Amino acid sequence: MIHSYTLNGYHITVDAASCAVHVTDRQGMDAIALYEDGDREKATRLLQEKYPQVPLADITACLNDIDALRAQGKLYAPDVYQAALPRRTAPTVVKALCLHVAHVCNLACSYCFAGQGKYAGAQALMPYEVGRDALDFLVRHSGTRRNLEVDFFGGEPLMNWDVVKRLVAYGRELEKQHNKMFRFTLTTNGVLLDDEVMDFCNREMHNVVLSLDGRKEVHDRFRVDHQGRGSYEAIVPKFQEFVRRRGHQGYYMRGTFTHYNLDFLNDILHMADLGFTQLSMEPVVTSPDNPSAITQDDLPQVFEQYERLAQVMLERHREGRPFDFYHFLIDLGHGPCIHKRIIGCGSGTEYLAVTPWGDLYPCHQFVGEQQYRLGSLLEGITNATLQQEFGRCNVFSHTECLQCWAKYFCSGGCAANAAHATGSVTGVYDIGCQIFKKRMECAIMLQAALDEYNENAR
Amino acid sequence: MKIKTLVSRDMVDSLTTGGCGECQTSCQSACKTSCGVVNQPCEKKAEEDK
Repeated sequence: MIHSYTLNGYHITVDAASCAVHVTDRQGMDAIALYEDGDREKATRLLQEKYPQVPLADITACLNDIDALRAQGKLYAPDVYQAALPRRTAPTVVKALCLHVAHVCNLACSYCFAGQGKYAGAQALMPYEVGRDALDFLVRHSGTRRNLEVDFFGGEPLMNWDVVKRLVAYGRELEKQHNKMFRFTLTTNGVLLDDEVMDFCNREMHNVVLSLDGRKEVHDRFRVDHQGRGSYEAIVPKFQEFVRRRGHQGYYMRGTFTHYNLDFLNDILHMADLGFTQLSMEPVVTSPDNPSAITQDDLPQVFEQYERLAQVMLERHREGRPFDFYHFLIDLGHGPCIHKRIIGCGSGTEYLAVTPWGDLYPCHQFVGEQQYRLGSLLEGITNATLQQEFGRCNVFSHTECLQCWAKYFCSGGCAANAAHATGSVTGVYDIGCQIFKKRMECAIMLQAALDEYNENAR
Repeated sequence: MKIKTLVSRDMVDSLTTGGCGECQTSCQSACKTSCGVVNQPCEKKAEEDK
């Protein structure tokens, strides 16, 4: 299966099975399409008819190149993975936890997927002992995995800051005892950021995720405190100082766009102009009947924003003031192996969410939905059937994915989005699919453009 | 009538060289909602390149 498209003047063909990327001219892209069945004579004839100005020798050379790529398994490659790994399911080790250290928040963002941090339940802060037990659980079930990830999440984690610090210290002890490496991440709305938090995070947090939606009027539409006051003015200077102090350490500005700011490119650029270079912008997660939801009718504008974003990123790269956009990050040469691309996000198996009371859920998006409760730190996994369902969920479990060119880039998408849209983790959230594919087209085009830029620079 | 193939990881080869599981879980990254796995670099390759 191949997928060919033209974007920003680049003609690109992606080979679905090998994930190889070919950058061509218009004629080359047509040659790839016309020669897929391997009928050399027919392809030659059709190309001569379509491009009478192109010498036969050039057509022959191009088809020879295609033959070589076919032999190398980089074009029209057969999908051998399902046969090679017929029962490939998520491993039984746990390697990542999302610790809900606070089911309470000092903001009242009306679009919050977590019900303003309470996940439709009681307000709570995770006691240190529950967090400690969670880290013990993670190590105990991590098998031979050395890299373990813990995300301090909520609600607002800084409302339980002392526990966060104590858990990091405990994690460092566990590292020495068990030869593990913890990568801690903190997600925060920034309201409680101060010097002490910043300095601790810069010593201990592998990554920090800072919630900012973009322009003030966009950010303050939803991200208000309990008195209805916008948070932009309070948090932006703190985020700027935090990022300045982080230097080269990882961070992401993480924004949410909704139906109300379909021109979200302006919000991304606003964040770039504030001096932030590691940017992420996500479509809102909400029910389809919520006025802020992204609809099918919104998609043309959403796609156009992503395409223009890629163009602007290229311009800024050439101007020497680049920024990264998370969804456009792709390393074609060093990306994940096919095993990872089949398994996907690992929710419910290698990645679990832990509530303040120690309940286990497949991920943060399922917390509070009783039918998705997997068990608890005390009991272990009590709903083995549910965990097996998540374990069997991989790219091959989704009927729609089997014919999708992007399946080994996407890996089947977000299980939570699928479940909430269709009732099943093996379904697909169609709007999410369409958005992912457009983002991937843009990301690959960026790689093609940067490759050309670097080549010309040599 | 040109074709240029960008350098990319050999997926068939990764059937045997991959699968260590040390790579980052997608939702530990920036998004928490809609990412795919391709944004995640391979930890094993990063180690080998050091």
